[in-house]
Amino acid sequence: MEPRSVEEVLARAEQAEAEKLRLITVHKDLELEFDLGNLLAIDRNPPTGLRQRNKSELETRLLGLARDNVQLLINQLWQLPTERVEEAVVAKLPEPSLRLPREKPLPKPRPLTRWQQFAQLKGIRPRKKTSLVWDETSKQWRRRWGYQRARDDTKEWLIEVPGGADPNEDQFAKRLQAKKERVAKNELNRLRNIARAHKVQLPSQGGMHPTGYQSRDELGKAMQVAKLSTASVGRFQERLPKEKPPRGPGKKRQFQPNIGDFATEKKNQLELIRVMNSKKPRMDVTKATNKQMREEDREEAAKKRKIAKGGKRKGRPPGPGAKGKGGPPGPGSKRKGGPPGLGGKKGQRQGGKRRK
Amino acid sequence: MAELDRVIKPKTKRTKRFLEKREPKLNENVKNAMLIRGGNANATITQVLRDMYALKKPYSVLYKKKNITRPFEDQTSLEFFSKKSDCSLFMFGSHNKKRPNNLIVGRMYDYHVLDMIELGIEKFVSLKDIKNSKCPEGTKPMLIFAGDAFDVSEDYRRLKSLLTDFFRGPTVPNIRLAGLEYVLHFTALDGKIYFRTYKLLLKKSGCRTPRIELEEMGPSLDLIMRRTYLASDDLYKLSMKLPKALKPKKKKNISHDTFGTTFGRIHMQKQDLSKLQTRKMKGLKKRPTEKLIDNQENGSEKNKRRKID
Repeated sequence: MEPRSVEEVLARAEQAEAEKLRLITVHKDLELEFDLGNLLAIDRNPPTGLRQRNKSELETRLLGLARDNVQLLINQLWQLPTERVEEAVVAKLPEPSLRLPREKPLPKPRPLTRWQQFAQLKGIRPRKKTSLVWDETSKQWRRRWGYQRARDDTKEWLIEVPGGADPNEDQFAKRLQAKKERVAKNELNRLRNIARAHKVQLPSQGGMHPTGYQSRDELGKAMQVAKLSTASVGRFQERLPKEKPPRGPGKKRQFQPNIGDFATEKKNQLELIRVMNSKKPRMDVTKATNKQMREEDREEAAKKRKIAKGGKRKGRPPGPGAKGKGGPPGPGSKRKGGPPGLGGKKGQRQGGKRRK
Repeated sequence: MAELDRVIKPKTKRTKRFLEKREPKLNENVKNAMLIRGGNANATITQVLRDMYALKKPYSVLYKKKNITRPFEDQTSLEFFSKKSDCSLFMFGSHNKKRPNNLIVGRMYDYHVLDMIELGIEKFVSLKDIKNSKCPEGTKPMLIFAGDAFDVSEDYRRLKSLLTDFFRGPTVPNIRLAGLEYVLHFTALDGKIYFRTYKLLLKKSGCRTPRIELEEMGPSLDLIMRRTYLASDDLYKLSMKLPKALKPKKKKNISHDTFGTTFGRIHMQKQDLSKLQTRKMKGLKKRPTEKLIDNQENGSEKNKRRKID
């Protein structure tokens, strides 16, 4: 054989390779973008080749374009690592890269239940239990809990009366009652856990749980409820020296019925007309005395302040007659309302409305 | 665990499974599609919806009766259907004089309409009109979008995302190479979108990768875009949110170049370079006579240094 140069051999090898790949190579101006996880390919080349005059050839040209694009996608897919799964060649697809919107919102993380918190704290881990337990009485394997469970104490037909129990008590009913209470307690705890997860207030608690940052009203309400929560429902609870009795629930204003006592109604209305007609002004003695007292106190306080200021500036001790309350009593009576005769319509209230 | 959330607990295992399937999850189910006929749908539209149902089986529901609604005006009935049948994709077909052969494609987020795009059908060739062999239902199609128009405007980009979402099918980790049967090809040209379905024929080529030949198989539609109802940006962002658990984990000390080169960092202790073990080149090894000369020189140097000190 004639010795051939290295270049010729290499060139021939390249040609052979190109020939082999000729059937599957496609030339494109812009490379396609592949998303193999979705089996997606995006071709960004402008489709100028398709815009020819004759409409009838559009389909064939579309077919040609599609064939080229699919060939490129298939080339990419055949590059993926493959494995054999039950006589089929399977390619491992990567994660889809095109992000698409979700159909439902993200699941919210929920807080742990009371038991889960406790278990975490103590380091308790769930133990794997068998699902069936041997039941001696029925001599068969029964489930641990649920329908026809192994040790169901409500289903016993003979119960010995325990030593200290009342002989007339129904032991079967007692067991059924205990079971009902257990079920109710479980349900309550489940609902409490849900309420805690949703941060919803339980209707039974009524917003009373100590946070340390409670308002005056909340504290007052809590105190009232605490006072009522005694065996005698708050009747014998002591009160602080100046604490007022609590305003109980109920009507704060009493209204007379519309059609009631005709005689009293007539009397009241006549009295009203008489008062309106009379020329003399009426005086509410208690109100008058209170107003007077207030004015006097104000005057005295103003004078005191002036003297104190003056004293500070000139360095003089306060003058004679330090105006205490021991001065001569003002006109009119002070504490005990007016002369008992003129009580006024407001009745016999002691001292009237004393201002604070 | 939303069934722990309910005040009324499910009493049977079947109900519990039903509710669990519908609740929001980290890795979501395959999206179901509902195909609805409007009050005035004609034969073309009905046939289009039937063909789409055939393409999307078993992840789709075809409503048999006509429903008189207008999706662009009132979305409540669509949302109600979506809630009842747990479908987040829909296609609504109608026909009137102003908008002949109208098809509204849309998707939902949290049972509320996210995006809706109205397409008009100009030409339609049905599955049964093309007398070729078809592929079995439930195969995952390949999708190809051709034309630069799909990147130019926001409407077209959303349309691309919507069509991918609609026809994509379940996300699988592996795929049988012989099972790649058909391809949906969308070309955007001069304001029209050509939707063609081709069946794949694998022919022998010289090497491992086969040569592709295509055969027109399924429904082919010429579409033009009419109205759109796109979700606001923040709603769209909310729907695209990835949960933290699914985000790709960052590996420390590995970085990637723009050219695709991966760089790694190694942290080492300080090395004493004089004690470094290098390759032994026997030719460069010092001969015993040279060693002697060197020693003498070193000795005189040391004397010199001492004198200076």
